[in-house]
Amino acid sequence: MERLIAAGEIVAGEATGRALVTTEPLSFWGGLNPDTGEIIDRRHPLSGRIVSGRVLVLPHGRGSCSASGVFLEAIRNRTAPAAVIVSRLDPIIGLGAILGEELYDRTVPVVLLAPEDFAVIADGDRVEIGRPGQVRVAREDEGGQSRMVVP
Amino acid sequence: MTPVDRLSLTAEERGMLAGERGEATRLAMRILTRMAPLYGATALLPVTRAHIDGCIYEGDAGLEFAERLAALGGRVQVPTSLNVVSLDHRHWQQLGLPADYADKARRLGRAYLDMGAAPTFTCAPYQTAAAPTFGEQIAWSESNAVAFANSVIGARTNRYGDYLDISCALTGRVPAAGLHLTENRLGQVLVRLRDLPPDLVVRDDFYPVLGYLLGTLVDDEIAVVAGLEAQPGEDQLKALAAAAATSGSVALFHLAGITPEAPTVAEAFGGRTPLRTVDVGLDDLRRARGELSTATDGSLDLVAFGSPHCSLAECRRLAGLMRGRRAAPGVEVFITTSRAVRDLLERSGDLETLLAFGAKVTADTCIVVAPLVRTGARTLVTNSGKYAHYAPGLLGVQAVFAATEDCVASAEAGRVVVEDGPWSA
Repeated sequence: MERLIAAGEIVAGEATGRALVTTEPLSFWGGLNPDTGEIIDRRHPLSGRIVSGRVLVLPHGRGSCSASGVFLEAIRNRTAPAAVIVSRLDPIIGLGAILGEELYDRTVPVVLLAPEDFAVIADGDRVEIGRPGQVRVAREDEGGQSRMVVP
Repeated sequence: MTPVDRLSLTAEERGMLAGERGEATRLAMRILTRMAPLYGATALLPVTRAHIDGCIYEGDAGLEFAERLAALGGRVQVPTSLNVVSLDHRHWQQLGLPADYADKARRLGRAYLDMGAAPTFTCAPYQTAAAPTFGEQIAWSESNAVAFANSVIGARTNRYGDYLDISCALTGRVPAAGLHLTENRLGQVLVRLRDLPPDLVVRDDFYPVLGYLLGTLVDDEIAVVAGLEAQPGEDQLKALAAAAATSGSVALFHLAGITPEAPTVAEAFGGRTPLRTVDVGLDDLRRARGELSTATDGSLDLVAFGSPHCSLAECRRLAGLMRGRRAAPGVEVFITTSRAVRDLLERSGDLETLLAFGAKVTADTCIVVAPLVRTGARTLVTNSGKYAHYAPGLLGVQAVFAATEDCVASAEAGRVVVEDGPWSA
């Protein structure tokens, strides 16, 4: 069973992956190694985790203006997350994804969720971003069965 | 209807999008018009100045983009300054940079110069001839420069990340939204400083700490700070802005009675009621100061000044502190600044004093955008909130935040020397 959430498309596209979730904002510059996909901000709760192929669920970016550049490097190097879900419209993260499309023709969807929907997604959930503006969230129980995700 | 269709463009702007000004301008306008709706804009706005952050070498994508724009004949449409680059153009060989890395970093700088940008190579362009004036509409990048330009000068820019900055410079346009518009520059959150020791608020190390706290309190909201019983100098405001733009996405703050759009608290809020009020006392600041350091004592191998780039005044103060002293063996000392300031230091004789202390005075770059620091360094002592924040992740070192005098004393002693002074009051 699954839950379907309406989302705002910042950068439209389709993607699927396991959720990597944080409630702490992150600057990609100084926070993400675009060669390895590792989160390297040692003050951040996700320090040491790998974003590659995951659906990165973070409230928004912070700090540096170079964050979009680091995101673009990660897209070029194929270490980027499969998609990014934010709870606040973040132009700098959107910019990295738009550049990825314009320069490398690769889409990393970036979608905006209302804070109450954003809070539903837990680390490890299977997340599917669809069009137009849909986020499908499924969680497996201990027996490996998907069950409905409720807030 | 896509958001781009909702943008109302002038005939000239439509022409740019259609490729009438060449392929580089077309690509830049495409990126700009896709981004404008994310800023909430329905039109574009002309600017008179740009500052480019995209010249920091982050990897091959940034290089490929800049070289592509340059090869397509891109030319900036407004005076454009360049941020730090990832090597010291004149001294990189002595600094031991890998040749391949230096080559790419140089090609990146070259591409931006070929597009007509000026070789300022500094993250503190507001302390150069490229500084904007009050009310000027500009397209600036580099978080600390954005916060300073908006807050301290009263110029108007949003945070334009890599590589929207060059897109704005090539088109001479920005999204007409956010901090470019008067109504969006009013205060939102009232931050009241309470019962701070008078000898604390005049210290240099107070300002990065206040900024670091401010960023965590408001993130991207516009703070109005009331109750600052001091007249901070330009370099103190620079440290405040840089730290606030590090811990949060601060692009504009007001200091009541100090910064130009805040003659009074009431005027900074434009007569509106604050969304919320936060009281800040000495304990809150002590906590923020604690968070800037990941270590507090022990030996050190690295001391750094200059994020943002040290001004001439800051370098000369360092020269005063370093005169007749010497860094302990095994301690690497960096003073990162602009080439304009380095040239002045050379002429004033201060450079000799700094070098005699054992400091490396680099131009054009800094320790977190170029691999200057020798591998194996473990503990950094710095007076910069920004260096203290980023160094653990980017350099893999422990960071100790300290006052300027203590940084110099630590370098000399070869171990962390931090006097708490009024912080412990």
